[in-house]
Amino acid sequence: MKKHILKIHIAAVIACMVLASCNKTILQPTNLQYPVLSPANIDLNADTWKPILITSASAFSVPAPDAITSPAYTADLNEIKGYQAGLTSDQKAIISYWSAGAVLRWNEILRDLVAEHNLPPYQNPDGTYPIPSSTNPFAYPEFPFANPPYAARAYAYVSAAQYDALVAAYHFKKLYNRAAPYVNDAGVKALIPKSTLPSYPSEDAVVAGATVEIMKLLFPTDIAYIEQKAAEEMQYRIMAGANVRGELTAGQSLGVQVADVFAARARNDRAGKAVGTPAEWLSLQNNATSRGDQYWTSLEFPARPPMLPLFSKVIPFLFDTLTVVALRPGPPNLAGSPAFQKEVAEVLSYSQNPTREHQAQVDFWADGIGTYTPPGHWNAIAAAEFVKENYSEVHWARNFALLNMAEMDVAICCWDTKYFYFNERPTQANPKIKTLTGMPNFPSYTSGHSNFSGAAATVLTYLLPDRGTKFTDLANQAAMSRLYGAIHYRSDIEVGLQTGTKVGQYAVQRGKTDGSGY
Amino acid sequence: MIPQNFFCAGSMYTYSSWTNYWEGTFKRDNGNIGKLTTNTYTVFGNYGITNKLDVVFSVPYVTTNASAGTLKGQGGFQDLMMSLKWLPFKAGLGGGTFSSYVILSGTTPLSNYEADFEPMSIGMHAETASLRALLNYQYGRFFIAASGQYIRRSDITIDRTSYYTTELIYSNRVDVPNANNLLFSTGYRSPKFNVEAIFEQNTTLGGFDIRKNDMPFVSNTMNSTIAGALFKYSFNKVAGLELTTGGNYVLKGRNVGQATTVFGGVLYLFDLNKR
Repeated sequence: MKKHILKIHIAAVIACMVLASCNKTILQPTNLQYPVLSPANIDLNADTWKPILITSASAFSVPAPDAITSPAYTADLNEIKGYQAGLTSDQKAIISYWSAGAVLRWNEILRDLVAEHNLPPYQNPDGTYPIPSSTNPFAYPEFPFANPPYAARAYAYVSAAQYDALVAAYHFKKLYNRAAPYVNDAGVKALIPKSTLPSYPSEDAVVAGATVEIMKLLFPTDIAYIEQKAAEEMQYRIMAGANVRGELTAGQSLGVQVADVFAARARNDRAGKAVGTPAEWLSLQNNATSRGDQYWTSLEFPARPPMLPLFSKVIPFLFDTLTVVALRPGPPNLAGSPAFQKEVAEVLSYSQNPTREHQAQVDFWADGIGTYTPPGHWNAIAAAEFVKENYSEVHWARNFALLNMAEMDVAICCWDTKYFYFNERPTQANPKIKTLTGMPNFPSYTSGHSNFSGAAATVLTYLLPDRGTKFTDLANQAAMSRLYGAIHYRSDIEVGLQTGTKVGQYAVQRGKTDGSGY
Repeated sequence: MIPQNFFCAGSMYTYSSWTNYWEGTFKRDNGNIGKLTTNTYTVFGNYGITNKLDVVFSVPYVTTNASAGTLKGQGGFQDLMMSLKWLPFKAGLGGGTFSSYVILSGTTPLSNYEADFEPMSIGMHAETASLRALLNYQYGRFFIAASGQYIRRSDITIDRTSYYTTELIYSNRVDVPNANNLLFSTGYRSPKFNVEAIFEQNTTLGGFDIRKNDMPFVSNTMNSTIAGALFKYSFNKVAGLELTTGGNYVLKGRNVGQATTVFGGVLYLFDLNKR
């Protein structure tokens, strides 16, 4: 019996060693390793930067702050000291998280919400599909379905509203010129890098106020979550000694006022009608047949209506709707033509002979269901670069606004092209073409990934010229991944990149003349 | 167990398919998948180090195919499995024989197949280590057995830099949840013929549910309750040759397909002892 016990003991030891050998590291998400924001330049002249929608900061109301000798200000300082006397580890974690930057963190929160809501509705029993409703957002399917055009628009409105709100905030910062709490009271510790930027109203609060207000429109089922994040951010500013409560209250109020200008635009930018009607879906077929082309049909079962066919009518930020038409490229190869057959054959060869490297590229750029979409991917790429640059908050907001207005406008142009020509996907032309990623439910020409990536790379190369061809190389990889994945023809990609580049140039022009000097 | 210095070599073909699957607890079919079929071709060996200790290995080649939709089927060598099977205790009890087994297994991917392409992926691409304890009671030619296994899985690296579970995670590393498995079997066992019924419960320890109409992911909770049967037949005329066949069916699941599986294999026992 003793012998048995010894054997069992040995086996147990071996078992434990083997089981422990399976690598279970604690995941270290890259975005939680971002450093604390320490602006190299506070951009004190940002009140003179050209805003996007608002006309004059002085049109908004920000009351004069309490005098720093007032009992109200003293009470605000005491609140900071109360927190700082006994910060918990949870509170320190909140400081660590938010101190990477308000624009950065809200951009990440937005990407998270896009991924959460990027789910196509499940069919009805009769084979039709329910459509999410902004007036009844909690009913299945929840509003919104954050598909690529919806997401591109969401990123643009949030970024643009944040930028205008910060430009307006700088006006009042200079007007009231109040120093940070740690300057006015030596008893307040600065738990983040000190700044000489006037602290009334708070730039973090302006960003939070604007973001929460516009997100109410974009993600109505998540208001409680968004409000909780904003409250956490306000608490961070107080705990870190960076703002007193009065500065936050004033900032949030200004942010809401500016965001209301954007919300008013969003309610009337025609995105609400982008779904179209069954009659409109059917009439699209004529767009292809009138050219002698084969019209697109859904490859889903049951057949799903095309994704947001009237998104092409949405009002762009960087140019007018006539420019959308002017930017539309010439027609795709006609179904059955030799050029078309050659392209179908190329897609088939990529479908039938995938390499693991191509598979990896397809997966890296898939950005399909349940992801932050291609514009979100470019926001993630941009954020990872911006954190190295020690921008001020307003500089962060400007860069994201330029990037995301280009992404929204290129979505409009791309959707215009897709539905103007309404041509078939490779698998519709040849059912032998099996795909390495999900087949998007809209026409082929031109590739959305190529449009988004061409525009993003153009803007990012302008913003960060020292990166050389990095963004262009990434854009080419993103675009080609759609051919490797066997869901696009080569011409979809090449022409899509060209349109993307053109739209990106509009954002670059805006950036060069916005008074920032960057 | 096989006797000391005997080697059993075998090959097995497994056909598994499902049409219905569960997103969380929501059972559905999918016109964009149709019938998902998995074919597995396995070669395996089992060597008796002693009469009470076996070493076992298996090498599976797996292909997948969806009968509808556009997603491309995958194929490749999946995961090498190595295990040690040990018989620490065997004794007479109440007119029958009671025995216990300890099985220690490890798996490692044999190729760089893509795990992040569910439901077409051929596997999880994790390394695993598992420990099974098995109790068996044989009375005449009838037996009853129960076993429990704990499976520890490594993190995996995927080709993306972010993915959504219940939140967006910015990493290319995925924490693949551990799992356990409970098995009950009973049946008739003779030197020539073996028939048994098997009941199995697989439980993922952690993970998350597929949301309605979302894509599945490698770190989903994947639970299943499975009933099956197994037959073995040994030939008198060709000593050492054995045929095996069986099948099973998923009665209930969570984030898995309701698979029907059948398999058949040929085994041959070699005596490596010097005569």
